[in-house]
Amino acid sequence: MVITRFHPVHALLYLAVSFLSVGMIFLSLGAPFVAALEVIVYAGAIIVLFIFVVMMLNLGRETAHQEKEWLKPKVWLLPSALVLVLLAEMIILLFTDSKQPMQVAVVDPRKLALSLYGEYIIAVELTGFLLMAGIVGAAHIGKHMHTPMHRFLQNGHGEKEKAKQTRPPEPVSNEQTVLHDR
Amino acid sequence: MHQLLPYIPAFPILGFLVLSLFGRKLSKPVIATIGAGTVCLSALITIILGFSFLQTEPPGGVYDQLLWSWFSVGNLSVDIDLRVDALTLVFIFIITFVGALIHIYSAFFMWHDGDYARFFASMNLFVCSMLLLVMADNLVLMYLGWEGVGLCSYLLIGFWYEVPSNCRAANKAFLITRIGDTALLIGLFLLFKEVGTLNISGILHQAPDQFATGSSNIVLITILLLAGGMGKSAQLPLQTWLPDAMAGPSPVSALIHAATMVTAGVYLIARMHVLFQLSPVTMVIIAIIGALTLFVAGCSALAQTDIKRILAYSTISQIGYMFLALGVGAWSAAIFHFFTHAFFKALLFLAAGVVIEALHHEHNIFMMGGLRKRMPVVFITFLAGAAALSALPLVSAGFFSKDAILWYSFSAANGNPLLWLMALAGAFITALYTTRLMLVVFWGETRTPVHRQPGQGMVIPLVVLAFLSVTAGFIEWPHNMLHLTLFSAHVQKVLPETLLKTTLPSESLFQLIAALVTLAGVFLGYILYYGKPGIRWQQSPALAGIREFLFGGWKFDQLYNFLFVKPFVFITRINKSDVIDKMYNGIAQAGLRLNSWFSVSQNGSLRLYIVGVLAGILFIITLQLLL
Amino acid sequence: MIDSAHMVLMVATVLFALGLVGVLTRKNVVFMLISVEIMLNAAGLAFVAAGSKWQQPDGQVMFLFILAMAAAEVSIGLALVLQIYHQHKTLDVDRLKELRD
Repeated sequence: MVITRFHPVHALLYLAVSFLSVGMIFLSLGAPFVAALEVIVYAGAIIVLFIFVVMMLNLGRETAHQEKEWLKPKVWLLPSALVLVLLAEMIILLFTDSKQPMQVAVVDPRKLALSLYGEYIIAVELTGFLLMAGIVGAAHIGKHMHTPMHRFLQNGHGEKEKAKQTRPPEPVSNEQTVLHDR
Repeated sequence: MHQLLPYIPAFPILGFLVLSLFGRKLSKPVIATIGAGTVCLSALITIILGFSFLQTEPPGGVYDQLLWSWFSVGNLSVDIDLRVDALTLVFIFIITFVGALIHIYSAFFMWHDGDYARFFASMNLFVCSMLLLVMADNLVLMYLGWEGVGLCSYLLIGFWYEVPSNCRAANKAFLITRIGDTALLIGLFLLFKEVGTLNISGILHQAPDQFATGSSNIVLITILLLAGGMGKSAQLPLQTWLPDAMAGPSPVSALIHAATMVTAGVYLIARMHVLFQLSPVTMVIIAIIGALTLFVAGCSALAQTDIKRILAYSTISQIGYMFLALGVGAWSAAIFHFFTHAFFKALLFLAAGVVIEALHHEHNIFMMGGLRKRMPVVFITFLAGAAALSALPLVSAGFFSKDAILWYSFSAANGNPLLWLMALAGAFITALYTTRLMLVVFWGETRTPVHRQPGQGMVIPLVVLAFLSVTAGFIEWPHNMLHLTLFSAHVQKVLPETLLKTTLPSESLFQLIAALVTLAGVFLGYILYYGKPGIRWQQSPALAGIREFLFGGWKFDQLYNFLFVKPFVFITRINKSDVIDKMYNGIAQAGLRLNSWFSVSQNGSLRLYIVGVLAGILFIITLQLLL
Repeated sequence: MIDSAHMVLMVATVLFALGLVGVLTRKNVVFMLISVEIMLNAAGLAFVAAGSKWQQPDGQVMFLFILAMAAAEVSIGLALVLQIYHQHKTLDVDRLKELRD
């Protein structure tokens, strides 16, 4: 449902539903911590982020209309067919594997934390770098918005400058939530 | 006395600088004074130097003057160092003295030419280079002079550059001598590698310890040096440039292409005689080349009709004699022949120049004739030169030198009857074509009216040279006639004495044979050409074919054309589109083609890229599934 | 035969495929980003499923990394979307071809 919506807000709502259901699957797989994270970060932070953008870009009815025009069968038929083939092949691959039954065991957050800060400490550090880069990058891209840096900008800047300037803090806070969540 | 040495080449170079820088602004008398005067001053100094050399011999028989150090790299140190010993003295005497006479002559000869200053600048530069060549104490400086004379030769052959054929002749001379020069340069490199010095005296001292007699190294080096000498001296495989070089003004032909530059090869071999003595093979090659050259060039001279080309071929032939003498080890005889040849050949060229000038630039001898009465002075001087060229016994300088060579070609340690026969045949031919030349030009009926008589300034050098052509031989007599061997005594301070065979026939007999052969040549020429010149030759077709063959200089030009030029042109034509480059271009073009294909795919559509990724994944998974 | 892990993996595959279809078919950048989120989520799901199958925490650790990465990616991506929108007044990827050859 997400990918077929024309209105971005609708799509985002369906996306939130999808995230929540994935979180439930996590819970049933015995990963409660990850399930919680899924709900908080994906369904919380990221969706909020998207909604902010949609709000700021003012994507409304005309966007939905436009989307409807773009989404012709001839546009999506071929990719869908290809993806269907891929899907089929992957499922075949899945079921041609060994078929031992699996016991679902709860992996508690404590074990997870030990593993994370034990053997994966380097990866955690690297993730820290990545997030830092993300912060800096987002801040940078956001900062330059108010300067006429491109010839396309010359005739179109002005009324939305305020909104742009308020943009940078959001990813930052987002990242911080991610970090805090972890 | 050695302080005077630098001034000998310095005056001509000064003249060259002044004339080339300010030549356009100076009036003709000033140019003539500078051009001829500088060389005359050099000649004067040389004569003073020569006298002092002969009176009180300097220590070691050498005047040595180190001017400055040219460059010094590693263990190679090249100085500007002038050195005059007995051999060099002969050469600088010829260069400056004959050079001065020719300069005086050309001051009048070239009077009406527009590029008076350029002519004298080139001539002065030539004299300077030639002096450097013979006075250099090391081979690098000598090579500088060597290239310098080549350059001047090129400039002067192409002096009248408005005529395309002159330019072609200049190019030809330059290119063909370049072959020899390259060989010489490689030889010098090898020599430096082996001996570790390029100082001439150093090489001559070290060489006997360095090389075993006949070792491959020394043979290679000497052959390379010989090739250099062959290029410059127009010996057999590389002789074709000299006849064409006659495109230059007559004084140039006299100075450069007869008296001095073409004997640079002779000088080189004589100077490096220690090396050559270590390589008997090369000596034999030199002798054979000399003998072949004198014969081939003599035959060609028989058929020529251009007066200057006759003289050019005779020059090649006479240098062939010198090479023959060098090859058999008759060093002093070779230098002696150089000495006399310089006088009479310069004389002949200058006289020919007068004749050509007088007859409206008519070169064909069959268009001349009957000049004996109308240009008596030229006739007498020309006669003296021709007598010396054909080596008329006793009354000419050429006889003494050529006779010595003939004698040594038989009697010297590596002499050979075959070489002697070749030389004898050469002598016969020389006499024949000289007689032909004389009879056709000066006897018979008038075919072209005399346009003007030569002036005093042109006649005086002729007379001086004619006098020397007759008398220069008297300083060296054959052993069996008179014990007067001033020249070889002088030269043998530097050059080794000629080794003779132990058992020898009578020298007098050989002289008699040589004299008779010469006279026979003259006589035959007289029969053939007196009265009706050139008629008999044209009558029979077979003879005409031979004549045609000889006229083309044994068709060497055509041979080279066929052997070298044609293949090169062929290769060039094939390679016009650059075969090798095609490969690289092909790579570049393949790259461009691929680029154009791939850049279609790089259309910036993100989704297309993703489809590409998807297709790749699909391909891999399908493979996994199928295999 | 149909056990839990395989079912979960199948769900993940389907999710992934759906995300892929979204990326391929939508022209709007925002929608494409959403689809990418779905795909990332599917990958995370597969990781967690595998981790629970082998009863190891590694799968969940990986999910955490994916999560962090997705957060960074989304924040940057959305910043770019804003930028693009303000410069080109469009969100159509087919019209954003400045980088093409």
